[in-house]
Amino acid sequence: MYDIAIIGAGVVGSAIARELSRYQASVCVFDREEDVCCGTSKANSAIIHAGFDAAPGSLKAELNVRGNAMMDTLSAELDIPFRRNGSLVICTKGQDTDALFQLLEKGEKNNVPGLRIIEREELIALEPHISDDAACALYAPTGGIVCPFEMTQAFAENACVNGVSFFLNTAVTSILKQPDGYLIETVHTDTNLPETFPARVVINAAGVHADHFHNMVSENKIKITARKGEYFLLDKTAKDHVSHTIFQLPSRMGKGVLVTPTIHGNLLIGPTATDTDDKEAVNTTLDGLDTLRRMAPLSVKNLPMRQVITSFAGLRAHESGDDFIIGEAEDADGFFDAAGIESPGLTSAPAIGQKIAELVHKKLSLAEKKDFQPARKGILRPDTLSADERSRLILAHPEYGSIVCRCEMISEGEIMDAIRRPLGARSLDGIKRRTRAGMGRCQSGFCSPRTMEILAREVPMSVFDITKSGVGGAVLKGVAKEL
Amino acid sequence: MSETYKKELTCIGCPLGCPVTVTLQDASGHCEIISVTGNTCPKGDAYARKEVTNPTRIVTTTVRVTDGAAPMVNVKTASDIPKEKISDCIAALRGVTVAAPVKIGDTILNNVAETGVAIIAAGNVTALPQEMR
Amino acid sequence: MIYHDLVIIGGGPAGLAAAVSAKDNGIDDILVIERDKEPGGILNQCIHNGFGLHTFGEELTGPEYAARFIDQVLSRGITCKKNTMAVDFSVEENRKVVTAMNREDGVFQISAGAVILAMGCRERPRGALNIPGFRPAGIYSAGTAQRLVNIEGLMPGREVVILGSGDIGLIMARRMTLEGAKVKVVAELMPYSGGLKRNIVQCLDDFNIPLKLSHTVIDIEGKKRVEAVTIAQVDENGRPVPGTEERYTCDTLLLSCGLIPENELSRSAGIHINSITSGPVVSDALETSADGVFACGNVLHVHDLVDYVSQEAAAAGKNAARFLRKNKTRHQEQIELVAENGVRYTVPSFLRPAEMDDTVTVRFRVDGVYRNHTITVCYDGRPAARRKRPVMAPGEMEQVILRREELALCPDLKRIAIRIEKA
Repeated sequence: MYDIAIIGAGVVGSAIARELSRYQASVCVFDREEDVCCGTSKANSAIIHAGFDAAPGSLKAELNVRGNAMMDTLSAELDIPFRRNGSLVICTKGQDTDALFQLLEKGEKNNVPGLRIIEREELIALEPHISDDAACALYAPTGGIVCPFEMTQAFAENACVNGVSFFLNTAVTSILKQPDGYLIETVHTDTNLPETFPARVVINAAGVHADHFHNMVSENKIKITARKGEYFLLDKTAKDHVSHTIFQLPSRMGKGVLVTPTIHGNLLIGPTATDTDDKEAVNTTLDGLDTLRRMAPLSVKNLPMRQVITSFAGLRAHESGDDFIIGEAEDADGFFDAAGIESPGLTSAPAIGQKIAELVHKKLSLAEKKDFQPARKGILRPDTLSADERSRLILAHPEYGSIVCRCEMISEGEIMDAIRRPLGARSLDGIKRRTRAGMGRCQSGFCSPRTMEILAREVPMSVFDITKSGVGGAVLKGVAKEL
Repeated sequence: MSETYKKELTCIGCPLGCPVTVTLQDASGHCEIISVTGNTCPKGDAYARKEVTNPTRIVTTTVRVTDGAAPMVNVKTASDIPKEKISDCIAALRGVTVAAPVKIGDTILNNVAETGVAIIAAGNVTALPQEMR
Repeated sequence: MIYHDLVIIGGGPAGLAAAVSAKDNGIDDILVIERDKEPGGILNQCIHNGFGLHTFGEELTGPEYAARFIDQVLSRGITCKKNTMAVDFSVEENRKVVTAMNREDGVFQISAGAVILAMGCRERPRGALNIPGFRPAGIYSAGTAQRLVNIEGLMPGREVVILGSGDIGLIMARRMTLEGAKVKVVAELMPYSGGLKRNIVQCLDDFNIPLKLSHTVIDIEGKKRVEAVTIAQVDENGRPVPGTEERYTCDTLLLSCGLIPENELSRSAGIHINSITSGPVVSDALETSADGVFACGNVLHVHDLVDYVSQEAAAAGKNAARFLRKNKTRHQEQIELVAENGVRYTVPSFLRPAEMDDTVTVRFRVDGVYRNHTITVCYDGRPAARRKRPVMAPGEMEQVILRREELALCPDLKRIAIRIEKA
């Protein structure tokens, strides 16, 4: 019997798992995908929001500002790539400056530090490619950018090292109320074998599917709508086009699209916002990509759209009440929700983790672990070393001397590390999200056959079982001349 | 009186890619070319006649190598073979393996698919050192 | 720091031919840097025949063509450092330094008297094409599929749709078919194929594979693995025409939609890049904006035939050798070469008449299909030569040869334009 079972290994589930791993409790995490960070957590704006956008007094506002403030410590402790590049909300000529001032006011009520309105002159000095129509902007120095993959992996790896069990490829099919907790029925997505897990407390961090699990145990039904956001990712050659995260001023036409550098030096444009009934519809569309091409130039000019290297779509978990649902369900003892986690969900995740852990700690009266290991070291990045240090590394570990991904200059050593570490990569996308091999301008054309060789050797596994992103996604269909 | 019929081809002699029409007549057991039209040069005429009466191709593919520095080696027909024999030729190579080292020109298979043409190596593969096999 | 007279980055067809030529022109201290485990570059996976008709007078497969040049390099005792990646290149005040890395030596720097850039090109990925849909397994560039099938003997798919009718796409249609896959259709965005006629006939027609011109992929279905692809006709602006959609169930989409010269290292050295070719701007000597740094092959501009790569690389090798012998200063006097009216670019971009060879081959591509047109060479706006061509297409490189003795007759010549005109 587990003390605590968490459904969902996205950034929220993983952050909760990590916070709970501080206590003497048996904790497990289920995810239907083959890796952590496979849902909303992997396809979003990768922004650490300052916190001026959410309604004062809302959970979104509280947890956003708290999560933002936690990032410096977390980044150091868990080795998460993070930088406060500052964000700007652009008000163009003809737009209502009152709306900008209202945003400032909201931000001040939410206790966002350092907010101020800047005029065009200063704006141009900060961002030379800002639209000619930009009149003024709200400047938020605490806004930042983060690697959402590594943030999730860091939480999950650290939780794993501190004793949390992760059951991947494990889909929860039902949750049954028991006298002493819940019985969680699952099925393995690869073998189709069922397995049941009893747990005293269940935590629902299932993203766009959180309503499905909540409604299994509670009569107070909730509804999560999948809101699709499409994005363009541009080559690193476009990285200097903007240095801050550039938001458009929300208007009747919607929230607008943002243009931002990513923590790894690409340029990101998006998202669109279209509600969809299909909670698996992470496809991009002609319309969506057109919308981005039309909207992005409203705030930033001369965008080098020829430098697009990929486009992708993610689904935000929009809850009808327009706020996060955090806490124990009124009519389901021991069932905790972390639901409706849409933007600023990534920013809030560390604070949500803390909040849920506090609630569960109260519920179960858990004792703290004495040997909790708070630190986690990321994959060694040889490109952060001097030439001499790198040579010494290669002398000791020759695998760091073989470049596998030429675009991002990722070595075999980094890929081996990604496979061997806790909750290691088992698919091409798993390796991509951990090392960036395949994430560059050739989009894995060059490195995927080489990466497959390394996966097959290291796991070890048959090359025919290697997938792009888990069950059903085998890269190969057999051997040549086979009928 | 036998019937005439037409075959449409694209000449591959140059980038012009002339659409060439060959008119044929069935004459007791064999085909006779009545006319070739659409070509702009004599190359087109020659190509069309050959392509209609006796189309041939060089076939290239790979076969598996054992104990080699590479898993496969490039092979080809030593000369062109009848076009309709292409799939038989590939079928004949199914399951064929060759031990390293392999050198360009090595015979892999004689008289492939009864064409009288050999399959020869079109790439070099060195043998792996004993300890790496 | 190690020193070599000549460092050649890339051991593919361009690098090998450049090395042979430099050696034959008197340079002994040459180092070729190759990232793969064997030299030969992309030729090693191009197992079809048709290479070398111009160079050797016979049709070879890619590995055979490569082997001839590898033999020439080995027999001349030229050093090729394999499994070695050039990770940085800098040019400062004529000091040329290549930083490279491998398992044995770690990170090391090589100072060079002259450098030849021969890094080749890469394929345009899906993202650059803005194809909407899911991102499952089963979407590969044609070159990646070619490597899997030809080098590893592995099949990336069984039911295939191909987007792009460049030669690699056509060749892979045949390869996949011969190895047991069903290729359902080849879609081409342009109203003409970028591939050779011969490949359309022998790779598609021979196997009854339909080619749909002015078509593109507008949707990819399948969450984990490709399940279907929808193609549609496009209008003259490349926009899909509603009502023309056709859905193909398949497990694989291969992309053959253009090649991009791989100039990261050139850029890191501050070498000027031509925005049309995405390759370095070069002189008649194939010398880049950095003194003593030359470029040849697909890193300079994407070629149609490897024979032309070898020819161009031989010129680069010879010119690098001449540079090393003389270490001459540059003449400032230049004649600009301009692409006009139907010509997309020229390589080289300018001539230095004082030091040019007796003849210089100017290579270029046209921007559309032209039937019965002439290639016209204009000296300062005045037509100086015309050559009639029955057909020209973007898929095939064109060339004109300029003669030093003719240019000498026009001492004040500033600008040579190459244009396509009605015959």
